Amino acid sequence: MSAVSGTRDAGGATPARLRTRRKVLRRLDTKLSPYLYIAPFFFIFGVFGLFPLGYTAYVSLTDRNLLAPVSHFIGLHNYALLIHDSYFWNAVENTFGIWFLSTVPQLLLALVIAHVLNTQLHARTFFRMAVLLPQVTSIVAVALIFTQLFGHDYGFFNYFLGKFGVHHVYWEAGRFSSWVAISTMVMWRWTGYNALIYLAAMQSIPEELYEAAAVDGARRFRQFIHVTVPMLRPTILFTVIISTIGGLQLFTEAFLFSSRSSGATGGAGRQYQTIVMYLYEKFLGSTQFKFGYAAAIAWCLVLLIALFGLVNWLLVSRIRSAET
Amino acid sequence: MNSILKRRGRLVLVAAFVAVAATASGLSVKGASAAKRSNITLTIDVFGDFGYHDLYKQYEASHPGITIKEDTEDYAPHHTALAQHLATGAGADDIEAIEVGFIAQYAAQPQYFVNLKSYGAKNLKKLYPAWKWNQAVARNNSVIGLGTDVGSLGICYRKDLFKQAGLPTKPAALAKLWPTWSKFLAVGKRYQKHAPAGTKFIDSGSNLYNAIIGQANPAYYSKSGKLIVKSNAKVKAAWGLTMKAFKLHEDLGLSAFSNDWNTGFKKGTFATVTCPAWMMGYIQGQAPDASGKWNIADVPGGGGNWGGSFLTVTKQSQHQAEAAALVKFLTSPKSETYVFKHTGNLSSEIPVLKSKAVQKFRNPYFSNAPVGKIFANSALKLKPQILGPHQGDIQTAASNAIQRVEQHKQSPAASWTQFLKDAATAAGG
Repeated sequence: MSAVSGTRDAGGATPARLRTRRKVLRRLDTKLSPYLYIAPFFFIFGVFGLFPLGYTAYVSLTDRNLLAPVSHFIGLHNYALLIHDSYFWNAVENTFGIWFLSTVPQLLLALVIAHVLNTQLHARTFFRMAVLLPQVTSIVAVALIFTQLFGHDYGFFNYFLGKFGVHHVYWEAGRFSSWVAISTMVMWRWTGYNALIYLAAMQSIPEELYEAAAVDGARRFRQFIHVTVPMLRPTILFTVIISTIGGLQLFTEAFLFSSRSSGATGGAGRQYQTIVMYLYEKFLGSTQFKFGYAAAIAWCLVLLIALFGLVNWLLVSRIRSAET
Repeated sequence: MNSILKRRGRLVLVAAFVAVAATASGLSVKGASAAKRSNITLTIDVFGDFGYHDLYKQYEASHPGITIKEDTEDYAPHHTALAQHLATGAGADDIEAIEVGFIAQYAAQPQYFVNLKSYGAKNLKKLYPAWKWNQAVARNNSVIGLGTDVGSLGICYRKDLFKQAGLPTKPAALAKLWPTWSKFLAVGKRYQKHAPAGTKFIDSGSNLYNAIIGQANPAYYSKSGKLIVKSNAKVKAAWGLTMKAFKLHEDLGLSAFSNDWNTGFKKGTFATVTCPAWMMGYIQGQAPDASGKWNIADVPGGGGNWGGSFLTVTKQSQHQAEAAALVKFLTSPKSETYVFKHTGNLSSEIPVLKSKAVQKFRNPYFSNAPVGKIFANSALKLKPQILGPHQGDIQTAASNAIQRVEQHKQSPAASWTQFLKDAATAAGG
């Protein structure tokens, strides 16, 4: 600041008033304009991010129904109801179950794939592109095709299992089996994506570390465990957090897995109804249009994600850091 | 790494924006049509195929200055969007179609709709059976909609499978064999004794239940609008018959409208389907090769109803008089006859049901069965059912309850208890 004004000394002819004005303007320019530059983002964020959040919070404190002309402020009543709503807790359980079944194998598999892609392969670029392919497919198409593959009577997986004498599995009807089916869709779509992120991180690990490990007598597997994984810690943390957020908001795969007649209940026994599906059922997926109650579910979901994200962060932080 | 992180972060942000924007646009104003007085565009919002396109052209030709624009969506999104548009006070079309499962709920909110009585709808009352007319009458006696079609019932059956199982194959003989639902199940028992390998008599317990409950009056709601699922012996009886079909191993246990159900049509793994008029089109779409293998007989227990719709004019409309006139044209006996002949949606108007055009209509896919006669007579015999605002949710709860038994997840008794609880929750708000 002072350096700038020092080089541009306008001379004694300029009235002092003008100088101070210019000074103020300059000051404003440096202090204020950065905020102006980022203002569009915050404006849009305010309109599309912050306002809906706040408004949803407000609606969750009312008994608002989409079709009813008036609504009343009812305090935390919706939350009190939600805590005793066994279908809500069922949905929470399903969501965490599916998250666990899809995320843990997915990230482990992604690590392995990234490791393989990081070696001297023929047609490396081709394989690197190939793992990303599922990502560009439409999520709806994926869900519809997998639902057919997991069909009871004529599905491919049952046909395949039948070759080994296994009885037809009613994938959609069972609790665990439906979780497996939905997790498979999630994994199919996201494993390659995470693998590429890991791959990018692996390539920034200095070669010297591996050389040093090799000198110390570490074989490839030990190098992977003791060099690669600790160096990837921030990346792993990132993917875990992102998949937590995505996994707890799971909707489309599970929603399309159910037949049309069972609505948004996630199977006849609600065996795979996720939290967002339950929210949808209360808000739009039935003739109830309970806006207030659905808003309360949405806020509970936000809290759950924050809480669970924190737990995951603490867990992953226990991977021995590269720095220590 | 760092740059990837940043890029990824940005991606996530973009995705979040897209998601939020998508949600917001769902609630946004559709843009009021800025039509001039002399040149009016009427918008009509329907679901599926109402078969109106030729009629629009006719109407535009005879009413210069009027242009008609149709919006079509699927059944569920259509009714969801309608609720949003009415609630936010913007975005609804001039004319909105409403299905029978939702009509009671909207009839309870007459402030959103034009009372068609002010446009001479009173004179049309005599066209309709009283029950169809009354479904669209609000508590303040305003008429919010005029009836389009009705989903009267028949039994669609596979002639070839019946023959292999040693059963009669003529519709008249079968109708005599199953005057009631328990007789129908007795026929099923006979079928299972000599059934072709891998086939069952009934496709899905919930389809059977839907047909039986469609004939009950009252079913879920009493005349005063009270929920009577628990105390009504007719609901329990419908449930009991469905459970009996399951215990007798007549029920294939498919979930209606699922992939396996669709494939079942192609492979011919079930011998009967309870058939509303609109189901004919569905079967032909799923199994085009099975032409001539299907036939249709009268439904046990007299008439029955499953589906059917209404046309309403919304208060949001800028051209209420013109819209009401178009609704009257589209629901006129002449138009409804035209729609039945070309699309198969069966009219709900008595003169149309009794007309030669409908009574003589045969369908070659269904072995040239006199489908017009079967469905029209079933519609005429139909006993009215009192509908409640959460009819659709209770129906879903019932389907789920039946499926839990079919999938061996719950005993019939436990599933029934949960159904009663779900029905009470659905009706509670």
